[in-house]
Amino acid sequence: MKWDEFFVTGEPMIYAAMVSIVVVSLAIPIALTYFKKWNWLWTNWLTTVDHKKIGVMYVLAALLMLFRGGVDALLMRAQTAIPDNGLLDGQHYNEIFTTHGVIMILFMAMPFIIGLMNVVIPLQIGARDVAFPRLNAISFWLFFAGAMLFNISFVIGGSPDAGWSAYFPLASLEFSPTVGNNYYSLALQIAGIGTLLTGINFLVTILKMRAPGMTLMKMPMFTWSVLITNVIIVFAFPVLTVALALMTLDRQFGTQFFAMQSGGMDMLWANLFWVWGHPEVYIVILPAFGIYSEIISTFARKNLYGYKSMVVSMVAISLLSFVVWAHHFYTMGHGVMVNSVFSITTMAIAIPTGVKIFNWLFTLRKGKISFTTPMLYALAFIPIFTIGGVTGVMLAMASADYQYHNTMFLVAHFHYVLIPGTVFGVIAGFHYWFPKVFGFMLNEKLGKLSFWFIIISFNVTFFPLFILGLNGMTRRMYTYSESTGYGPLNMLSMVGAVGLAIGFIILVYNIYWSVRYSPRNIKGDPWDARSLEWSTHSPVPEYNFALIPTVNKLDAHWFAKKEGKSLTSGKYEPIHMPNNSGLPIIMGAAFFLWGFFMVFSWWIPAIILGVVILGTMAYRSFEKDHGHYISVEEIERTENALRGEQHEN
Amino acid sequence: MKQLFPAQHVLGFLFSLLLTLVALVTVWFDLSFAAGLTILVVTAIVQASLQLFLFMHVKENAESKTLYMNILYALFVGLVTIFGTLFTMHWGYMVK
Repeated sequence: MKWDEFFVTGEPMIYAAMVSIVVVSLAIPIALTYFKKWNWLWTNWLTTVDHKKIGVMYVLAALLMLFRGGVDALLMRAQTAIPDNGLLDGQHYNEIFTTHGVIMILFMAMPFIIGLMNVVIPLQIGARDVAFPRLNAISFWLFFAGAMLFNISFVIGGSPDAGWSAYFPLASLEFSPTVGNNYYSLALQIAGIGTLLTGINFLVTILKMRAPGMTLMKMPMFTWSVLITNVIIVFAFPVLTVALALMTLDRQFGTQFFAMQSGGMDMLWANLFWVWGHPEVYIVILPAFGIYSEIISTFARKNLYGYKSMVVSMVAISLLSFVVWAHHFYTMGHGVMVNSVFSITTMAIAIPTGVKIFNWLFTLRKGKISFTTPMLYALAFIPIFTIGGVTGVMLAMASADYQYHNTMFLVAHFHYVLIPGTVFGVIAGFHYWFPKVFGFMLNEKLGKLSFWFIIISFNVTFFPLFILGLNGMTRRMYTYSESTGYGPLNMLSMVGAVGLAIGFIILVYNIYWSVRYSPRNIKGDPWDARSLEWSTHSPVPEYNFALIPTVNKLDAHWFAKKEGKSLTSGKYEPIHMPNNSGLPIIMGAAFFLWGFFMVFSWWIPAIILGVVILGTMAYRSFEKDHGHYISVEEIERTENALRGEQHEN
Repeated sequence: MKQLFPAQHVLGFLFSLLLTLVALVTVWFDLSFAAGLTILVVTAIVQASLQLFLFMHVKENAESKTLYMNILYALFVGLVTIFGTLFTMHWGYMVK
């Protein structure tokens, strides 16, 4: 390691980024000290084990990463907007498309989904927290450590530049000698462990902590989708963990699993990556399907059409998601037999997905639809996602894929699946559950304005890429000559990208506006919704439910409202809650530093930090922490205050 | 007396010892690779299920159905990953 390579140099944009990082990291502690908020931050947020607060932190981090990944995207679109552009050089462009992919999938989509999961699932099943609240905080801080480690790569040491899929041999030490891909393997490893813990945590929560009477087939659809998602997480993420460990060994310890010099197999990386990577696609899309199911049935004022077929189709998707991975590399040396098998399994996924689309359409049929912001996203999702799905079936045909492989057609396809699927889904869920968490609504007018910006600009940005791809423009090329004729459509795409950016800025402005001006006198159930989370107050008290509701059917809250009944009975009892803990954030910090030292192969500090990590685990093993009780008087006080606020209007 | 004596567990224990001995055969005797591997795979599967049913009480759990589902799912994913990788990266790789 040469010290003059430690900081990335020579790029005005990077210097600007460095300055902004220094300014922000000075401004935050100064502001906290000035406003005397350190204690508040530590006790209320950094050490919290409350699933709602952890969820909010996940979503905040995801929004932050959305903007980081979004800036990457804007730079890419700007670079390719005109032929022979010199805005970015080839190396910088490689780094940017790599970090864009990794950040958007692993540090934006995943935490956004896990954040909503955190906020909603315990409420939706009538529980007071997740099964392992401390573990939940550890999950968050591991994710956060991984995300931060990945993000500092672009000022310290250089970003990974071998694509978000980091294929070997390009990602091997021989062809990528900088520390960039060490960041990739270690940051993803740390965040991945956090995700795996989340998967186990929510699996146990949903299976063990449902309200009395809520059998599996009476669970809300979002809970079902999260259950299936976590099953996939638990089975898919270990593959990533192993693959990344092998990558680290290859790059830093001289093994030859994927590097080719001594009989390693480069394609084995692609294979393992996608054995995890394709289930990963369903990990980010299934919860979004759950969110849409909730929103569509709420705002069509009808129960979800085909509940059982929804469940069956999700289980089918979860199984099929494990048997399609080779369609990501049809053109990389397989025989006809392999490609035929994977073509068929891939096309088969369109069947359960189609079932879900029709179920949503039939839920809408003859419904009394109210066009709220979340509902608009759900309605836009159906046709746009179908375009993504149909082009997916086109790509699924192995022989045709020889034409589409690694072209902009593919790029357009997966953006048409992931953006209406995951991104619109989490934004819809964000608008939908926002009042539940904070006790006030996001402004509908601004919400709809940003919706129209996002929806139109999305199509302007990505539809031209289908045509560009069919015309032969490959993905990841940093520039092209004018004679190719790619210029005008790329310019159009750039215009769309700017529109998308404006849409997201309006979305953030909406949060700001609503925090300042939105009326605070909403009821517990402002959308007149169906599932249990709406049966408690908004904002939700620390203990979620003063009395645990009893459920006897699907949408019990809805029917209780219609029949004027109550889901709860009995008297308040002291509520047992977990204690806050500083250990998770300390573990996160230790993992961050360990990862950083590992990236640069500084073994001594890395070993010391490894011992610290083991020490935190040992400390936890011997720690006696029995939680605390919330007294009946305090529950009464909280409940009366929350009810009093609602009667004021 | 008969109810107090854990016959099932003692027999299971003896049987698992026996299975271990059978597996050792592959080291003691000079077997062909295929024969040795077959013996190992069969004894491993029987051994694992013996442990699962007799000593880890899968049957006696209130949610044994969930557990069976879980094990089946894990088997499915594990086998698909191993044999799928062999299929894509070895048997079906670089063939016409």
